[in-house]
Parts: sequence; C-alpha cells; structure tokens
Amino acid sequence: MSNEATLHGQHEVIHHGEGHGHHDGHDHDHHHEQSFISKYVFSMDHKMIAKQFLITGIIWAIIGALFSVLFRLQLGFPDATFPWLESILGHWAEGGRITPQAYYALVTMHGTILVFFVLTAGLSGTFSNFLIPLQVGARDMASPFMNMLSYWFFFLASMVMMASFFVQTGPASGGWTAYPPLSALGDASIGSKIGMDLWLVSMALFVVSQLLGGLNYISTILNLRTKGMSMTKMPLTIWSFFFTAVLGVLSFPVLLSGFILLLFDRHAGTSFYLSELFVKGKVLPNEGGSAILYQHLFWFLGHPEVYIIILPAMGMVSEVLAINARKPIFGYLAMVGSMFAIAILAFLVWAHHMFVTGLNPFLGAFFVLLTLLIAVPSAIKVFNWITTIWKGNIRFTPGALFSIGFVSTFISGGLTGIWLGNASIDIHLHDTYFVIAHFHIVMGVSAFFGMFAAIYHWFPKMYGRYLNQTIGYIHFWITLIGAYLIFWPMHYEGMAGMPRRYYNYSSWASFNQFDGLNAFISIVVIIVFACQLLFVINFFYSIFKGRKVTTTNPWLATTLEWTTPINPGHGNWPGEIPEVHRWAYDYSKDGKDFIPQTVPVSPDESAH
Amino acid sequence: MSGFLAVLVVVLIFVVIFQIAKASEYVSILKGEKKSRQQSNRINGFLLIAFLILGLIGVWWCNDILKDRILGEAASDHGVDIDKMWKTTLAVTGIVFIITQILLFWFSFKYQEKEGRKAYYFPHNNKLELIWTVVPAIALTILVAYGLKHWFRLTSEAPKESMVVEITGQQFNWLIRYPGKDGQLGSRFYKEINNATNPVGQIWTDDLNKDDFMASEMHLVVNKPVKLIIGSKDVVHDVGLPHFRLKMDAVPGIPTTLWFTPRFTTAEMKKKTNNPDFTYEISCDQMCGEGHYSMRGVIVVETQEEYDAWIAKQVPQYKLAHEGSPAPTGTQGATPADPVMNSDSSGTAAPAAAH
Repeated sequence: MSNEATLHGQHEVIHHGEGHGHHDGHDHDHHHEQSFISKYVFSMDHKMIAKQFLITGIIWAIIGALFSVLFRLQLGFPDATFPWLESILGHWAEGGRITPQAYYALVTMHGTILVFFVLTAGLSGTFSNFLIPLQVGARDMASPFMNMLSYWFFFLASMVMMASFFVQTGPASGGWTAYPPLSALGDASIGSKIGMDLWLVSMALFVVSQLLGGLNYISTILNLRTKGMSMTKMPLTIWSFFFTAVLGVLSFPVLLSGFILLLFDRHAGTSFYLSELFVKGKVLPNEGGSAILYQHLFWFLGHPEVYIIILPAMGMVSEVLAINARKPIFGYLAMVGSMFAIAILAFLVWAHHMFVTGLNPFLGAFFVLLTLLIAVPSAIKVFNWITTIWKGNIRFTPGALFSIGFVSTFISGGLTGIWLGNASIDIHLHDTYFVIAHFHIVMGVSAFFGMFAAIYHWFPKMYGRYLNQTIGYIHFWITLIGAYLIFWPMHYEGMAGMPRRYYNYSSWASFNQFDGLNAFISIVVIIVFACQLLFVINFFYSIFKGRKVTTTNPWLATTLEWTTPINPGHGNWPGEIPEVHRWAYDYSKDGKDFIPQTVPVSPDESAH
Repeated sequence: MSGFLAVLVVVLIFVVIFQIAKASEYVSILKGEKKSRQQSNRINGFLLIAFLILGLIGVWWCNDILKDRILGEAASDHGVDIDKMWKTTLAVTGIVFIITQILLFWFSFKYQEKEGRKAYYFPHNNKLELIWTVVPAIALTILVAYGLKHWFRLTSEAPKESMVVEITGQQFNWLIRYPGKDGQLGSRFYKEINNATNPVGQIWTDDLNKDDFMASEMHLVVNKPVKLIIGSKDVVHDVGLPHFRLKMDAVPGIPTTLWFTPRFTTAEMKKKTNNPDFTYEISCDQMCGEGHYSMRGVIVVETQEEYDAWIAKQVPQYKLAHEGSPAPTGTQGATPADPVMNSDSSGTAAPAAAH
C-alpha cells in the first residue's frame, strides 16, 4: 500500500532529481500505472532487479547444493544403492548408484553453479544492485536499461545451462575449470559433446551479463553520488562493490577470449590448445597448440574471480559488524587500502594454480611471492574486524552472527592459503582434498556467510518485513558447526594426498583409509543442506507473512538507505535526495548512539 | 515406503521448528523488543564462547584421530624438505589461528550488549595498524624465503647420475618406458602410436629405441636419484606421488620433468608402516575423464641387486613389435589392463571385428 503511495509521488521526484530540469510537470506521466510486466518482470528498478538476482541465485543455490548432496552420497556410501536415485536420474544412476560419468557431471555443475551463478550473480549481482544507488544516494543505476539487460542475460545464461542438464550426452563433466583437451574433444569424454557447447554458450552469456552489470556499478559509483558523498565518505560496502566491478570488467573478457578459442578448437579445426593427440585409437591432426595457454587465460579470470566473490562479502560484513557493535569500523582507510591492494594483487597471482603444470620455476617464484603478499592486506582486514568488535556493545542479530562466522571462516580458510600459495607445499597438496577444504572454507562458506549476513540485515529494506529471528539463529548455528565438521577433517585427507574428483577410493591402498570419515562428512552435508532449506522457507514465507517493519531505520544505522520510506518506490526518495555530511561510521561518538550521514557536522564535535 | 516416511519426518521437523519460531516471534513482541533482544543476546553470547571452547577441543581431538593417517614418513629426499616446510608453516599459521579465533569469539562474548555499557569510539590507531601490517609481512617474508629455497631445490636439474624413466598418461592408465642398456630414451612421435605394438609412438629408425622397454610397474632403486620424463597422449593428467610428496602434470605436446631420490624400499616401508600390503601408488591428480579415479600406477622401490635382476628379464618393445608375432590387441604389450580402458579402444573394437 505504501508502495503504491510512494510510486505515485515518485514520478515527480524522478523529474526533479534526474531530469536536469528539462521537462517540468509531465501530466501524462502522472497517470501512468506500471504494469505487472514492467514492475516485476522487465523492471528497470535496481531494487527489483536485485530481488530478481537474489531469487534466481537462491534457486541455483538449491540446485547446486543438491548436486553436492548427490555426489556426497556416492563418496560417503560407495557400496550402497539408492533406488530413488534411479527414478530421478534414470540411466545416470543405474541400479541406484550414480555412474562415474554422472558423478563428474554433478561435480562440474556444482562448481560452475556455485562459483558463477550463486556467488557471483546471486551475491554481488544482488547487493551491488540493491545497495549502490541506495547507499550513494542515487535514484537508480546510471543506466537502468543496461541493468535490466544484465539480469536478462544472466537469466538466458541460466536457461542455457539448465537445458544442458537434459541433453542426451549430459552436461559438461570436465570440472568447472574445463581444461582442454578434455573439454575440447567429445571423444575424450561424452560430457565434452553438446553439453560442453551449451556450457560455453551459457558462460559467454554470463560474461555479457557481468560486463553490463559491472560497467553500470562503476559508472554509478563514480558519477551518481549525492551531494557531499565524497569517495572517502562512502560506506565500505560501496568500496567493495566498486573494486569487485573493476575486477570483473578487466578479467571477464579474458575468460571470454579463452572460451572463444576453445569453441574454435572444438568446431573450427584450430589448434590453440591442442597438440600431438592420440585419442580413442585415432591420431588427431592438431599440432603446435598449448593446453597450458587455456589455463593461463582461465585463471587470469579465475583468480580475480575468488576476490569478486569475497570482496562484496567483506564490505557487507564490515558494515553489519560496525552497526551491530555500535562502533565505527576500525581503520576505514586501511580497509579501503587493503581492498585496493587485494584488487591489484588479484591480477598478479593467477599462476599459483599452475605450479605443477611444468611452469618455469623462476616464474613460479614470483607467483609465490605475490601470492603470499595477499596475506598482508587480508591480515589487516581480519585484525581490523576484531578491533571493531573490541569494546563494542554487540547485538547478536542473525546478521551480526553470520558476520562473526564470516571472520572465523575467513581466518581458517585464509591461513591454509599460505600453505597452498607456497609452491613447495603445493607440489604435495595440489589437487587434493586440502585444496577443497581451503577454498570451500574461504570462498564458499565465508562468502555464503557474508551473503547471509547481508540478507538478514537488508531483508527489511527489501521487503518491508523481517526474517524470522529464531530460524535465523538455528540456521546460523547449524551452518557454522556443520561447515567446520565438513571441511576441517578434509585437510587431513589432503595431507594424505587424497586426490579430489575421484568417484571411488576403494581400490587405492593409500586413500581407502578414510571410508568412515567420508560417510561422516556426507551425513553432515545432508543435515546442513536441510538447514539451508529451512532458511529458504523462512525467506519466502517472510516476504509475504514476516513481521512488518514499523520504523524506517530498524537497525539504527547511519547510511542513506535507511532514510528512504519503509517500502521505497522507483526513485528511492519521495522528496529530494538527502545530502551527506559525514562518513558512515559515526557510532557511539560523543555519547550519541549513532549520527546519520545526513546530519551536518556540528562545530563542537570531536574529530575522528 | 521408508523413503516416504523419511520425507514425512523431515517435513514434520520443519513444521515443528517453524511453529516454535513463529511462536517465539509473538512472545518477543509481547515481551517487548528490548527484553527479547537481551535474552537472545545472552543465549548467543554463551553459544559463541561454547563454540570457541568446544571448537578448539574438537580441533585437538580431530588431530589426535587423524594425524597418523597422513602417510607416515616422507619416502623421498624432497619429501623430507616438504614435510619440514609444512610443519614450519603449520607452526606459524597455527599460532595465528588460535590467537585470532580466541580474540574473535572472546570479544564477541565479552562485549555483548549490556544495559548501561557504551561502545568505545575507536575509529583508527596508526600504531596498531602499522604493527599488524609489519608483523605479518615479516612472517610471510620468512615463509617465502624458506619456501623458495625448497622450491628451487625441488625444481633444480636432476643430478647427472640419475636414472631416467619415462611415464606417459593416457585415458586411463600409465605407460612406463625405460631407456634400456644405453641409458638413453629413443625419440618418439605421436603419429607413430599404435596401441598394439607401439603404445608411446617410438620411432623405430632411431637406434636408441632398439633397447627401450615398456614396464607395467615403475621399478626404482633406493637412494638413487630418478628423473621422470612426463608426457600424455590425450588429455592433461598428473603424476601424483603421495608418499614422495610430489606431483607434476602430464601435458600432451609439452613434456615435463620431475626428479627425486627414494629413501626406502617397498619392503622397508612395509615394515615401517606395519602393513604387509603397502604399495607406493601413482595417482592421477588432474581430472582426465570418467575413469580418472581408476588411473592407478604402482612403483616398486628395491635394492640395486633386485633391480638388476628385474631389468635382465625385460624385453625391448622393439623386439616385441618386430620379431615375435605382433601382440594381439587384447594384451596391449605390458601395460596394465584396466576395466575402464577396455570400454573404449579394445571394447569397441571387439564387437566391430566380430561382424
């Protein structure tokens, strides 16, 4: 209802704010009602687009997580049969056991979906869209139309990927990294037939979506900040989205070029990645290509990609922690500086994924140095978060708890990065379960915790209602404990050299000692998965039936999004866009609980 | 039926949790927002500190159970260095892990919202920030220096007296070639490959090839350095040597190398590990297709005398390919037959021949 009201008032506002005073009093606009299609489907409102990204991301997350449950069944119980699997998967699970081919397809899709569709589009797509205009004080993105296209390209990418599940030879199954020649030759794996083409097309569409979104985020942050909002007054969330977008815009095109070359190798007879191959009893004509070239192109995006995933989580966690500790974020400039350092270094470390490819050891040495260098800005961030809660007055909202969980998992997973970044340890641990443990904790669980913190925190702004807190607490505790139970013991499996992406370990004298542990991990996975479903139910239920928000600023926060109406319409502020006078972290200053950014600095205020 | 029941139970649990959650929301509205926030704060504060304590005990306990399963003592000289390296790194990262986790959860517990407490306005402090920039930087410099020292040793040129063995990956097994008496591997070209008589594509006009032989297991001499020449016929594989703590990709078209010195014979390892079935295994560590998980090779480390006796029994591939009647497709020379392997080349060839 209030939405309608603000919508009504909003047309005038848009013309005051954005129309540069060219046309005043457009009477015909006044009576223009938004249709269902333009409001909910082809919406150009950044808030609606954010919700579209979020809900699509949630659907993908359920699918991706379900895939992991399915392949964990195989890993945990390699001798058991599950007849219901055959009724879902048909000949991919003949007799109730997933076939190796299906197992590899599930593993590949789990990785692709979670890395790209959930943690890139679902996380940064959602909150960059939602928060950038609201927190910098803009009525919408620089180009709402491009923003809409960004979502619909993502949607198309999703459809193509979804379609690949249903082709006869199955979806891509060469791992989410899709290394050629395996991914280039249908003869080497049936997953590299039509499924791989669909994968490549889907990923190409996805890159387009990311570029459209990213350019928009950058131009909005640089050009559409409200009066007084200098770069150094921006909340850390906005800084993190800014660096994320820059990383994406600079690195996704490289990935696209790698994919295009792969398509050429597949269908145009070129030899970018192929050389001296003998496959399925046949000599192939390709000579002179390099399979390693693909790995360079892939990881040139692939490594920045992990920061594309974690930076928004870092920014949002900083925000949520400061608000709930009722303290300014400690070392704002150091936080910005360390994000900047991470963004730069992100481009200079890709080859640490390739220490054992036969890379020149001298070159490898530089990548060791640069990789371990990233630990410095990461350490600064961790200590700053810890100092932020020191002597605070912390309210354990679900958002705050997930933020604390984020810091904990970021520490745990980050420290094992120091192991793997050092080539002389990596040569033993590369492609083992140690790697799985490392990156799942640091960019899987951590990024999810950042996302959950953000969802619990900004849900009231999105839907004008709260998520149920009790379920939020149950969700947090089961997820935190479960995540550690799943991934902590995997470090030991990795130390024993247990390779990743194995369908079955029973014929291996060195690795079959972990049977009991694998079963234990699989059981925890199922429990944690069920717990996520609880969250999903809470999410959708609360959109319609959650407790209503009654004040515009429920968390008593300083930033601009809480100066909008409870259910802001398109254009965000019914009146003028507020002017900003101070940074976003004046909590507990001079005896005041908080001072919103819109309050002018009074002459007797202490400096920060 | 049991499946249906299981689903029903899960749904019921969900409904119960949901009803409780809903009810607690109403209660909190009745009690007043402030009071219910205090209550949930106390509970979560307690849980955070409990998680810290139980978590640290859990870390210790997990280590206690699993520490003996990480394949025992490293079986190569390089492996000893690598084990030292990760132990140093464990010491550094372990200390940081424990300190930061304790601070994080302890502060969360200690500074939970209390009536009358005021948060301390503390936006920055240059000295503190300088300390936690410089200290990690120094610690990492040490780790980098130490790591690179080992890295350059690991990747250095193999000693001149090293024996040479060639290992080639294919879907889904390993082909192992020895240089024979002359100690030099003959040249090869992929277009010469013929799975029946010439699995790695040796060029028969090259005299160096005349004494090269293929082996089904890799035999190495204890305390004698070995240089592996690694290649692949089809997709990227990876020679994983968990007991020796090493691995190196097998890339088609781009040969790679790896050298190490085995420290214990297989027999010695059997004694050391108290496991009569102990085997050194070669695992494929790079996703290579649907048989990836079954791409297993075996290394036998033995004394010089045992090795000499073994080598005397080997027949050069040249001889197998030329003098005797060519081996039929099924046996594939001396390469280990693999169930998955049969499904592609020989498996599809057989029915075609029957027609």
